[in-house]
Amino acid sequence: MAAQPQRIALLGNPNCGKTALFNLLTGSRQKVANYAGVTVERKEGIMRTAGGRRIQVLDLPGAYSLNALSNDEAVTRDVITGHSKEALPDLLVCVVDATNLRLHLRLVLEARQLGLPLVVVLNKMDRARQLGIVIDMDRLARELDLPVVGTVSVHAHGADALRTVLDEPLREAPPAHWRQPGVEQVRATQRDVLGIFNRTVVQPAVDKDPSIRIDRFLMHPLWGFMVLALVLFATFLAVFSGGDVLSGWIEDGFGAIAGVVEANMDEGLLRGLVVEGVIGGVGGVIVFLPQILILFLFILALEASGYLPRAAFLLDRPMSAAGLSGRSFIPLLSSFACAIPGIMATRTISSWRDRLTTILIAPLMACSARIPVYTLIVAAMFPNDAVAAALVMVGLYVLGIVAAMTVAWVIKRSDKQSSVSPLLMELPAYQWPDLRSLLIGLWERAVVFLRRVGTIILALTIVMWALYTIPSPRTNEQGAQRSIAGELGHALHYVFAPIGFNEQISFALVPGMAAREVVVSALGTAYAMDGEEGEVEDQLRERITVEWSLATKLSLLLWMVFAPQCLSTFAVVKRETGSWRQMWIMGGYLFGLAYLASFITYQLTNLLTAH
Amino acid sequence: MSPIPHTTIVVFRRGLSIRNFAAPAMDPQAANTISLNELPEAGWATVSGVTVPTDPAARTLALRLLELGFVPGEQVHMVRVVRPSGEPLAVRLGHTTFALRRSEAVLIQVIPAA
Repeated sequence: MAAQPQRIALLGNPNCGKTALFNLLTGSRQKVANYAGVTVERKEGIMRTAGGRRIQVLDLPGAYSLNALSNDEAVTRDVITGHSKEALPDLLVCVVDATNLRLHLRLVLEARQLGLPLVVVLNKMDRARQLGIVIDMDRLARELDLPVVGTVSVHAHGADALRTVLDEPLREAPPAHWRQPGVEQVRATQRDVLGIFNRTVVQPAVDKDPSIRIDRFLMHPLWGFMVLALVLFATFLAVFSGGDVLSGWIEDGFGAIAGVVEANMDEGLLRGLVVEGVIGGVGGVIVFLPQILILFLFILALEASGYLPRAAFLLDRPMSAAGLSGRSFIPLLSSFACAIPGIMATRTISSWRDRLTTILIAPLMACSARIPVYTLIVAAMFPNDAVAAALVMVGLYVLGIVAAMTVAWVIKRSDKQSSVSPLLMELPAYQWPDLRSLLIGLWERAVVFLRRVGTIILALTIVMWALYTIPSPRTNEQGAQRSIAGELGHALHYVFAPIGFNEQISFALVPGMAAREVVVSALGTAYAMDGEEGEVEDQLRERITVEWSLATKLSLLLWMVFAPQCLSTFAVVKRETGSWRQMWIMGGYLFGLAYLASFITYQLTNLLTAH
Repeated sequence: MSPIPHTTIVVFRRGLSIRNFAAPAMDPQAANTISLNELPEAGWATVSGVTVPTDPAARTLALRLLELGFVPGEQVHMVRVVRPSGEPLAVRLGHTTFALRRSEAVLIQVIPAA
């Protein structure tokens, strides 16, 4: 008897519900990493078969075809044709959308040529039934000469049939004979698909999918844009208001921890390190976790519901003015949470020029790490005017977007062999987001964020604390200026004086270059503020209100809009583009833009305010 | 395997319907053939073919259109065309809606339904 499968891989078109199925099979027992050499997400997990065996599951990136157009599809092709470092799976599970066999069956026929044992999974069987689609599964299995099972990936027991089939001994597959198909072969395969489809599927002559009617409204030139504006407004409102409440709790929690430590440790260097360096620094960054998660919750839910591609459709025209296509919308939206997942999301953009442009402008979207600095300075500018403060905040976001579109336009203009950007994308059927997949998605984002806090941010805050404490322990502002940090700030302030930055700002920008999250706590340290996170901010705001000129405040705001202050972004740009050159181009142009914008703002404001 | 039936009588819950599944012999050069981007909003048409250009990038794109199911005999429905630019356009093919730009839609030839 042949062996049972130990290692399976899920293959399927985008939008076939493959990831929801993977989440159902593996639950929380999954590991997210990257494929060797590329930032395409590699998801692997452990599942139990009906017989109780534990087997490995690999969730391949969605692919319409092995004739790859995007990076995602190329990874999938390389893994299952044995052209990657990845070991070949024992069994390929080809997931197809039961409501859309006409489109998805083709990949099964292509996968049949790979020489791997294959099982076909008809997912979304419940939806198919609702739409009146009847599939003769026995006939389909005979026609394909493959096992065929049905699943419902949003039901707890929806994958039981698949779990059972995975205990069966592996069938022998015909030898591999997949080759990049030509036009004639593609046409021939489609004729086979149509034949099998007509013999096995019976569906209503009238398309009962409500998506078409919803689309008439949501993609309407007027109503569509109004809904989009409302959705974006609601998203950011939730980020700011909901995030504030949750952040307050986290702040209080860290304050309490600091209190306990202070009460139980002797005063000294070590206590200073723990309270100010670790708890203050790390706590000051973790407070943004709610805002990031709320934004991702909206993005994940909108994406799972099928709305985001419609938004991309609506925005295709405006974005084409900047030389991009609607496909860049989703990566750029994610960049408002953090540029890193945004840059990674560009991998579905098939045109390399569009993808590179999107990567280069993603850091201009106001990521959540900028919020604390924006809030601090704007509040110091308008201590008693919440409306003006809110308007300036919106203005900073808009400035980032306008700058990004301008840069994209310049890149397009400077490209000699400029070609039309492709759009070609599926607008999948609307559906309710699957709660399990939403939670797992959020969990992944939280882990990524916390890992970053635990490594780069923690290291930076400790180094920062040390620079301020050595050689002379800082007890007051004068102390701070005798430390290494004080000297560094003093030296740097010659570079930054033309844009209005004093020694304290100049120093705070040093760790801020590595991670802009730490700018506020670095300023607190530079001004030798003590106490819990909230108190430091209040004291800082008061001093900034009084001590910084309007020109300096504006200049620092503009600096925060443009400056490339995130080592992780540099790293991910290098990895995504595979090029040090592109990474330096991004860093260089952002730095230049930041200095120029701050310089003009500072000098102009000084001129205008001088009487 | 049995040959593709020309007319299939389909029974489903809501009653009886007759669908013609076979692709009629079509001449892409026929007088009433237009490019998909010329199909007006809310219009229906039958795909008659996809032009496969020699330029590598355009050829890859044409292959993808074929793979997605833009093959002779398939019904398409124009869900939305953004005016006045005429792009992007949203096209229903089978049970899927696709967003295309004009440069992509011109590769697809269709015969509008009367």
